[in-house]
This record gives sequence, C-alpha cells and structure tokens, in this order.
Amino acid sequence: MRKVTIKIDGKKIECAEGKSILHVAQENGFYIPSLCDHPDLQVKANCRMCVVKIKGRNGLFTSCSTPVEDGMEITTEDREIRRSRKTNLELIFGEHHLDCDNCTWNKRCGMLQYQKPVRAKITRFPNRKEKRPSKQFGPIIFEGKKCIDCRNCVEVCPVEYYEIENRGSDISIEPSKSKDKDCVYCGQCVVHCPAGAIKSDGEFEEMEKVLALKKVEKILVAQFAPSIRTSIGEEFGMPYGSIATDKLSAALKKLGFDYVFDTSVGADFTTTEEAGEAVERILAGKDLPIFTSCCPSWVKYVEFYHPEFRKNISHARSPQMMLASLVKNYFAPKQNIDPKNIVMVSIMPCTAKKYEASRPELNFGNGLKPIDYVWTTRELARVLMNKKIDLKTIKESPADNPLGDPSGAGVIYGASGGVMESALRTAYYRLFGRDLEKVDFEQVRGEDGVKRATIKLCKPVTFGADKCVELRVAVVNGLKNAKIILDELKTDPKKYQFVEVMACPGGCIGGGGQPLPTTEDIRQKRALSLYQIDKTKKIRLAHQNPQVQQVYKEFLKDKKITKAMFEVDFVPQKKSEIKIKK
Amino acid sequence: MKIINKIQTAKLLGRGGAEFPVAFKWLSVAKGHLKEFNQPVYVICNGAEGEPGMFKDGFILQNYPELVIEGIKIAMDELGADKAYIYLRSDYLKKFKNILKKQIGKLPIELTAEKIGYLGGEETTLLETIEGDRPEPRLKPPYPTDFGLFGCPTLINNVETFYEIAKIVRGEYENKRFYCISGDAPKKGVYELPIDMSIGEILKTTKNVPRFEYFVQQGGGAAGEILTQEELNHPVRGAGSIIIHNLQKTDTRKLIKKWVDFFFAYNCGKCVPCREGLYRLKEMLDGGEEIDMVLLRVVLRTMRDTSFCPLGKSVYLPIDSMLESVKVIYKNKRDKKML
Repeated sequence: MRKVTIKIDGKKIECAEGKSILHVAQENGFYIPSLCDHPDLQVKANCRMCVVKIKGRNGLFTSCSTPVEDGMEITTEDREIRRSRKTNLELIFGEHHLDCDNCTWNKRCGMLQYQKPVRAKITRFPNRKEKRPSKQFGPIIFEGKKCIDCRNCVEVCPVEYYEIENRGSDISIEPSKSKDKDCVYCGQCVVHCPAGAIKSDGEFEEMEKVLALKKVEKILVAQFAPSIRTSIGEEFGMPYGSIATDKLSAALKKLGFDYVFDTSVGADFTTTEEAGEAVERILAGKDLPIFTSCCPSWVKYVEFYHPEFRKNISHARSPQMMLASLVKNYFAPKQNIDPKNIVMVSIMPCTAKKYEASRPELNFGNGLKPIDYVWTTRELARVLMNKKIDLKTIKESPADNPLGDPSGAGVIYGASGGVMESALRTAYYRLFGRDLEKVDFEQVRGEDGVKRATIKLCKPVTFGADKCVELRVAVVNGLKNAKIILDELKTDPKKYQFVEVMACPGGCIGGGGQPLPTTEDIRQKRALSLYQIDKTKKIRLAHQNPQVQQVYKEFLKDKKITKAMFEVDFVPQKKSEIKIKK
Repeated sequence: MKIINKIQTAKLLGRGGAEFPVAFKWLSVAKGHLKEFNQPVYVICNGAEGEPGMFKDGFILQNYPELVIEGIKIAMDELGADKAYIYLRSDYLKKFKNILKKQIGKLPIELTAEKIGYLGGEETTLLETIEGDRPEPRLKPPYPTDFGLFGCPTLINNVETFYEIAKIVRGEYENKRFYCISGDAPKKGVYELPIDMSIGEILKTTKNVPRFEYFVQQGGGAAGEILTQEELNHPVRGAGSIIIHNLQKTDTRKLIKKWVDFFFAYNCGKCVPCREGLYRLKEMLDGGEEIDMVLLRVVLRTMRDTSFCPLGKSVYLPIDSMLESVKVIYKNKRDKKML
C-alpha cells in the first residue's frame, strides 16, 4: 500500500494510505475517544465521539470514517471539538443506566475514560431508557436500559439474531422473534458492546453465593480453561499475553477452592477420544467430515440451523465436561469424597459454556450434573478483586494432581486451529503407532477466517516410508465463516474429512467471556503465549500425558465406562425462550 | 458531452435544496462509469419533496410531466443508463401514476414509492429504500455518483432539475426557478420566476407583500432560515420556498416546537447527536418550564457540527435564526424570556 505523510497535532507521521485517521492516531499514541468503532467491525460512525478537524476543510469530521490523505493536517482536540464530544457523551449517558460495579467493562469503558478528563456531567440528562426491560435468551442478558444504540451487536452476531426495531429515539435492539433464528450464546455481542449492555447470566452476582457453599461443607473444585491463562492478567493490569497459569491456580486456592484442576488436561482427554474417533471414521469413511465438538456455540448452530450435519459432530465431550466427569467419578471416589458434595466450578472464556453445562444430555446416568457453575474469565477476575487477591503479585503454585498438568496440545486448544493441531498430533500416533517428530502444524494456526489444508501424514522413513495418509482439513475461525464450509460440503460432501469450528474469532482466546476489550491484536498476543507454553512443554502430545495414561489404565478400563464418561449424542434444538425481566 | 456542456453553460444548480452544480454531478457519474465500464448506470428522479412548505415538484409533475420524462430520457442517453427510477412520495405516486405512465410509455423508467417521509428524500437514504434496506443515510464517500444504487454509478436529480434539463436542451431555459409561497401569504401558490430575484421582489411581483408585520422562513418550512422584514433583499437560498409568518399571530416557542416535532418524527435514530439531541430538544420544549438557553444552544451546535446526515445538521439554522430574529424584532425586550 502507498505511504502518505500526514500531521497529527503538529507531529509528522508516515502511514498507509486509506487507513482511517482514528486508527493512525491510535497507532501513534494519540487519544481520540470512540465508542462504536471496533477494529473487528465495519465503520458505522454512529457515536460521533471521534470528531477531529482537518486543516483547510470546514467543520468536524469523524476520524473513524475519514481516510488519511497525503499532506493532511489533523487537530485531535481543541475547545470546539471538546465541546461537541462532551455534549455527545452527555447525550449518550442520557440513554445509559449506570451500574459500573456490575459491568463487563469493570470501569474501563470508553465512556468513563473520556468523561473524566473533560468532566462531562454524567447526569446532565436523566436516563430516558430507565424503564426498558432486560431480555434473557439462554445465558445471555441484554439490558435495554444500558444500550447506547451503537449496533455493534447487530453486526457482530454470526446468526443475525439482533434486529433493529422502530426509528428515531424509539429505536431498540431486539432479539429476533423469528422461529427460524436463535442465539447460539457465543457472547461476541458481549465483548463488542462499548456500553456493557450485554452480559451473561450470573455475571457479578453469583460468585459469593458459590464461595459460601464451603461453609455448608461442600468441596469446592475449580477448573480453568486453556485460554484463560493468557488473558486474565489483563484484568489486573498485566500486559496482553501475560502467562498466568500458576498464579491462576494459586489465586483459586486462596479464594477457597479445595482443589484446582486444569481444563487443558480435559482437553488432552478430548484429543485422545476425538482423534481416535476421527481415525476410525476416516478409515471407515463413515459420517465424514468429522466436526469438532468442543465449541458449544458451534454445536448449537449445527443442531438448530443445520440439523442435517448433526451426525458429523464428534461424540467426544468438550474438555470442561470430560474433566468434570473425571473429577466426580474418578477423583472423588479416590479421595473418598461423595460426588454429590462436590461443587464443580468451571472458569471459562465463554458464555456458551454456561449453556453447555446446563444441557441435560450431559448429565451423568444418575442425574448428577457434571458442572455446577460456570464463571467467565471476567467473573473470576471480579471475585478476586472483591477479595483483594491481586493476580499480579500472588505467589505461584501449580494446579493439583492428577488432573493438573496438561500437555502442550491441551494448552493450544484455546486458539483457533489448536484443537485440529492437537488431534493431528494424536491421530498420527493412532495411524502409525509412532509419535510425530515435528509436531507443529503451522497451516492451521492464525486469524484467517477459513484455513484449508491438505495434511500429509507419512510413516517415518526408518519405519518404511511408503505409507502416507492425506487428510483434507478445514479450520473455521469465527462462526460467520462456518456457512462457507457447510456450503462447500453441500456441493462436495467429500471435500474435507476433518473440520474444526470455533465460533469466536481467534478461538477461545477471543471468547465471549474474556476480558474487554478484545481486538485482533489482543487476541494474537493471547494466542502467541499459548503457543509459547506449548513450545516449552516437555510433553506436547495429548496421549503422551502421563496423567492421561494413568487415568486410562486405572479407570477407563473398558469402552462402556469411557462412553459414559466421555461421549454424548447431540439432539436437535428448538428456539429458546426469550425471558423479559423488568 | 455536448449536453453536459450545455448544462454547464447554463450554470444549472440542483433544485432539491443542496444547490449542487448539475454538470459536475453528471461528469462524476460519467467518470464513475468509465472506471467500472461493465457496471450499469442508474438515473433517479427524486420527487420525495418531504419538507413542509414545499410543493413545487407536485406542481411540475401535474403540469409538465412530459418535460420531466424528457429530462430523464436525456440523462439516460447521455450517461448510458439502462434504467431510471422516479422516486415519489406516496401521495404523489398515487396522484401522478397515470399521468407519468402515459408519458413513460415503453421507456425503462420505473415508478417507486418513498416510504418514510422527509429523510426519505436524502439521496443515500433514497438508495437504501430502493434497495429494500432500512431507510437510513449511508456514509459518504463513496458518493452515489461512484457507488450508488446497487453499488453502481448513479445520477440523482430533483424533479425540477430534470424539467430544467429538458428546457436547456430545447433551448428554452430562462434562468428561472419555481417558488412555493405559503404560510400567512395572501396569494399562496407556485410561481416560476428568475433565480436571482430577491425575496422582497418575489413577494412584490406575486402580490404577496403582507399588510401586517411579518417575518419569513426561506428555503423550506423546517430547515429553512428565518429572516426579518429587513433581510429580504437577496434571492432564496436552498429549497425554493418562502413562508410568511404573521408576527402578531405567531408564538415563537410553538413555531420552534413545530420544527423540532417535525425533525423528531423523521429522524432515523442512527447517530447520537440527532437521535438524542432531538429527544432532549423535544423534552425541553414539551415541558412548560423556562428553557435553559445555554443548554439548548449547546445541543443545537453539537447537532450542527457532528450529525451524520443533513437532517440533524439542519435543525440548528431555523432555531438559531429564529432566536436571532426575535432579538431584532423585539429589540431585546424579551431576551431573558425568549421562549
């Protein structure tokens, strides 16, 4: 792209032509307030907060929608600009219910950030939306009285579940009443809302209740997802991508959890099962391609929107469910604990995991729920803060054994392509009875929306290099792109043998339960750190994890137990109810 | 190009209110077409005429439909358009459907309805409406001349503009435009008079100089500017409308409220200053209490400076000029309790 030279507040800057003034300014350390702008989304220019002046042109221009041109001289702030922004911000506060203690933004939203320096009067206009109800669908709650009408949710939703109703100041964003549309609970609307108007069920209310269960002699057990170790630090002011695995275990212990396990170990089991199933099905040519099953939004998407592909979903339970199975059925008896006394709390980067944990198909034969509570990364961060536990300074301690030490494969589950890569590593073993020498599959990594690859797995030379298996795989990053692959499969059912889909951009590291803000930059840093962990792990193959091997040897002795613990049949889904709360 | 030259020589300005040079717009469409030669070109005749005090497009469609169609045909031929639309407010569509269809004959010109009033006449909102999307303004650039209907180069001109184009090509153009005179005027109606005639002259010529004290709103009955009796020695700016208000009979607060109610009813809800600003202006005016003039002005200025589209931007002018005129008319007597 052509380079141009512009001036921002007198400072000369060289940048790529066509970029927005806002993004060039932000990249160069200038602060321009903006609310509706999000690097993941189209330019809408609705909030009018990012106005600037351009030398030689009359009036103010929204910097988000104005591309830089050679020689442009931009003023990012003066009295007039400040007055306009301040008034617009006060008008926005006039349609926003303040509830900063219970907000996904944790007091770091763009509104407060600009309000402070210009001393905008939050109560200049009383909230005109105070009487608007909240609506809940699955675990997602949309609070009408907080919505500032920016429409980010409408655009980001992969299933077009949000609709714009009415006009003018009566405009409202509504969950679709259509029978043919349902929310898949991915929570991308939550992490793209600049006003914290969307959250997941339980957010910031349920945690104390759970911790109090300790007093009635319950055993509190926590598990934390792969992707959280490189994201939760953000809530405590640590740099993006900070690795906090052992700090996380330490903090959970300090919070009162009796045992802390790592969901990445659950992922190692999922890999072992899923790779086994994949190899079986591929060799038999049955129900191909096999779809990954660990993203509950993707599973619900197939069940609701494309039930014809239901048979393709792997029967393997997701990592959090597998780990919970083992905690209540393997670990508990070993420790002489009644599984009914265990309160299993799962810390997830995800809002849909709350829904997954509530699915009756996943309960054990005796009706016991594998997981009792799911907290988002944000919820855990909040309860830690409330208890004055600072992740930054806490002394590290590792998770408990025998379900606390994952392979590298289990850790990369948190990034798009990670499930596929882990499965390929183990599939190789299943195919040839040997382990891979080079375990990295770079083709399936990264932030591309659809990653297609033909992976050639060959028997090692020393073993007779004649036998190769070619696997046609696709990795879908972001549910919006899933339709592309499904359409391809409709015209050519044999196009792929193995498909990974993660509903959230970047995979779980960009999940709907993660800290705000989330952008491609931030997601990349979170993902890179996961790959960093993988690289430094001695054991990088799921099936090689000694804890996995031990459990198979001690507990999963026959197919029947394995099936009960680790498998599930997914069922068609009907449209979920929209509950209206005053 | 010969025709564009003629339009350029005639110095024809768009008659929809924005007064954009017509030849320049046509050239932009031609250039847009050159860039993407495989794409179709569209011509749209805008007859949404949604502003209070504006009814000259209806008058033209009633009396000169053949000239309007002729103008559209000229544009289609000149710009290589395969298809044209005549976009009409719903009552016009009902009223003139048959007259227009007769004139259109077998030409590829489609009649289509404007759906939301006022804002529906804004050119990018018009495009969204025809495309079947939520009627709301689009970001500019890209401009419709490059990326208009269905992403193709599109010429959008007003009904009167097409009428004038036919006149120019016929060699009958006389530097005139249509004026709608209404309000407390004794002889309301549509008049075709020279474009450079002053408002005072127009009132005199049409025998519309009131015997009572009055003020005038020129350029549209919502977004137009208020002028005192002493400020009428220049031509009409913007849309061709002159509304006379009887000073004695006019309650300025009610008049301002009427404008605000109008804009409030037609704002689309897209951008903050317009959606929220109008809500607050309405709130201030609806209550019987004294108005916080400082706040009123801050909101108005923010709307003018930061609104997404012309609707929000144009709320400032009538109210500000009204307040300024009140100062002059009442010589500051009511300054403290202006509204």
